[in-house]
Amino acid sequence: MNFDRVREKLNILADAAKYDVSCASSGSNRKNTNKGLGDASKMGICHSYTEDGRCISLLKILLTNHCIYDCAYCVTRRSNDIKRAAFKIQEVVDLTINFYRRNYIEGLFLSSGIFKNADYTMERLIAVAKKLREEENFNGYIHLKSIPGASDELMYEAGLYADRLSVNIEVPTVSGLKLLAPEKKHEDFTKPMLKVKNEIVRYKSEHKIIKSTPKYAPAGQSTQMIVGASGESDKDIMYSATYYYKKYQMRRVYYSGYVPVMEDERLPAIGSQVPMLRENRLYQTDWLLRFYGFSVTEILNKDYPNLDMEVDPKLSWALRNMHHFPVDVNTADKDLLLRVPGLGVKSVNKILHARRFRKLNWDHLKKIGVALNRAQYFMLCDSRHWEHRDLDSDRLKGMILQNSSGKFRNQYSTQLSLFN
Amino acid sequence: MQPSTTLIYDGSFNGFLTAVFVAFDEKINVADIQRNGLGQSGLFSETETIFTHVEKAKRVWNGIRNKSHNAISQVYFAFLSETEGVENLLYDYIQKLMRTKNGKYLDYSDSTILHIAQLARKVGREKHRMEAFVRFQLTQDGIYFANIEPDFDVLPLISKHFRDRYADQQWLIYDVKRKYGIYYNLDHVEMVSLNLKDIHHNRTRKSEVFVDAEYDYQALWNDYFKSTGIKSRINPKLHTQHVPKRYWKYLSEKKEAV
Repeated sequence: MNFDRVREKLNILADAAKYDVSCASSGSNRKNTNKGLGDASKMGICHSYTEDGRCISLLKILLTNHCIYDCAYCVTRRSNDIKRAAFKIQEVVDLTINFYRRNYIEGLFLSSGIFKNADYTMERLIAVAKKLREEENFNGYIHLKSIPGASDELMYEAGLYADRLSVNIEVPTVSGLKLLAPEKKHEDFTKPMLKVKNEIVRYKSEHKIIKSTPKYAPAGQSTQMIVGASGESDKDIMYSATYYYKKYQMRRVYYSGYVPVMEDERLPAIGSQVPMLRENRLYQTDWLLRFYGFSVTEILNKDYPNLDMEVDPKLSWALRNMHHFPVDVNTADKDLLLRVPGLGVKSVNKILHARRFRKLNWDHLKKIGVALNRAQYFMLCDSRHWEHRDLDSDRLKGMILQNSSGKFRNQYSTQLSLFN
Repeated sequence: MQPSTTLIYDGSFNGFLTAVFVAFDEKINVADIQRNGLGQSGLFSETETIFTHVEKAKRVWNGIRNKSHNAISQVYFAFLSETEGVENLLYDYIQKLMRTKNGKYLDYSDSTILHIAQLARKVGREKHRMEAFVRFQLTQDGIYFANIEPDFDVLPLISKHFRDRYADQQWLIYDVKRKYGIYYNLDHVEMVSLNLKDIHHNRTRKSEVFVDAEYDYQALWNDYFKSTGIKSRINPKLHTQHVPKRYWKYLSEKKEAV
């Protein structure tokens, strides 16, 4: 292995891969067999964190940043004048194994620019995974990108070696896709997704009958959407996320605030702020849909196409639906408790547990770790003190905002600052 | 009233469980359970030295586990926190656990139970961190070697993880603070007590103990670490929250920052 050459390639190709936010190494259950190397732990491990605070758990690289496409949002687009490089298959294998043996990573995340055509690229990605699994007896985590437009046979083969497969749809709306990536068709993205989903379903049902059925993409599929590049509303994003969760049984949909990388009149200019708060609100909504029993139409609909940036989506839903509150913590059901702003899944479980022993009052709730600054207006407990006033939503929102702080608040506040 | 007794055990977990067994068996009014050598005898209590007995320890272990699987791991984790006076707390915890009908539902408003749960949580967090922050370096003899300096004694907890994962390489993880390590010899994990004079920090200066390629891979890893960060989203506070500074000296990607 030529160290200097590999080093240069690694710098170029890791740099290009960093805009992929997925770094999950959880959800798989591959065991170490025959004294091989590695296993995939169910919970996943973050081995380090970058200076922007994101986790590093996989070696995330592109096989190459040569690309035949010219998608406006992408740093490796054809018309962008950057250094190009390509790894040899053996180089990726060596890097992965040596990093893994030193406990730097949980596995490999391999993506690629598209060279020649989709199938040719997909074949190369599969070749890396196959070599790792079969020649190196590697049981760590492998995340492969499904190349848009790859054939069904290749997608089938990819799932046999990879733990997770993902296609990034990037632009949530079909019209946005036409504008920013005119050479790609929407079907190119969904075809490999559908194939992988069908295979996962098939392998699962076979596994029920024959226990020795090999694994097929045990950590499922994920996808990613860029936020703030094509002028889409939060409703567009969340509705299409819900669609992908339901239709393709996605494990995760990631939202990535668009980081401007080059000048293009179709996109925000270089230097414009990364929409981190918006990204955060979208993730909060995503969690509400997956773990709190909300349906997307309750949070975003015709009247409310965008999320409230000032308060989190659950509080904002509660302020619009004051007739559900207050809720009595000592008697309410779990799904009702989950809808109280300031109560998370963990707090709710603790409340349910603690309720067996005694009636809870504010002190108990505080000790459990409930965010009382929000929750106090929406619930009753074993105490004479609760919010008796019939407050309207705006007043309540103002009171909550006044008694809390947020690191993004200066970005959307209309109040002029006295200092700085 | 029965005179209270201070039990002295040898510092091992089995020793502690034996002490619990003896206390239950002989219905001793326990004043304190203390580690050998750290003992302070009370003014009004007798002392009794406990000799570790694996069978007795096992009975206590099984007794707790039959009550609740969660409880046995909490007891073990909390014990490894090495907090002063944890033995007494644990003894209280076990007594309370044994009194319950169903060990699954413990009342966390009880200060002992809450305290043990919090200690166990802290140790569990440290265990998970160590599974992430161990950085092996390949020595000339083909052993992957790593230094760690965990807040709690987590080596016994992480050995299974590393044994399962690195089944085809010899490795040694050495706890700098407690001066012992675990070594995997391609068959099983054994405890080794060493007193390494030269503590192999991730120095920028090269050491002859390690193979040359080791430093190449460290350089590659450092480069990767740098190029994967997005400059326009930098957030140092979040970074140190996830990777606390006390671990930096053993992380090859942070060695320049130390």
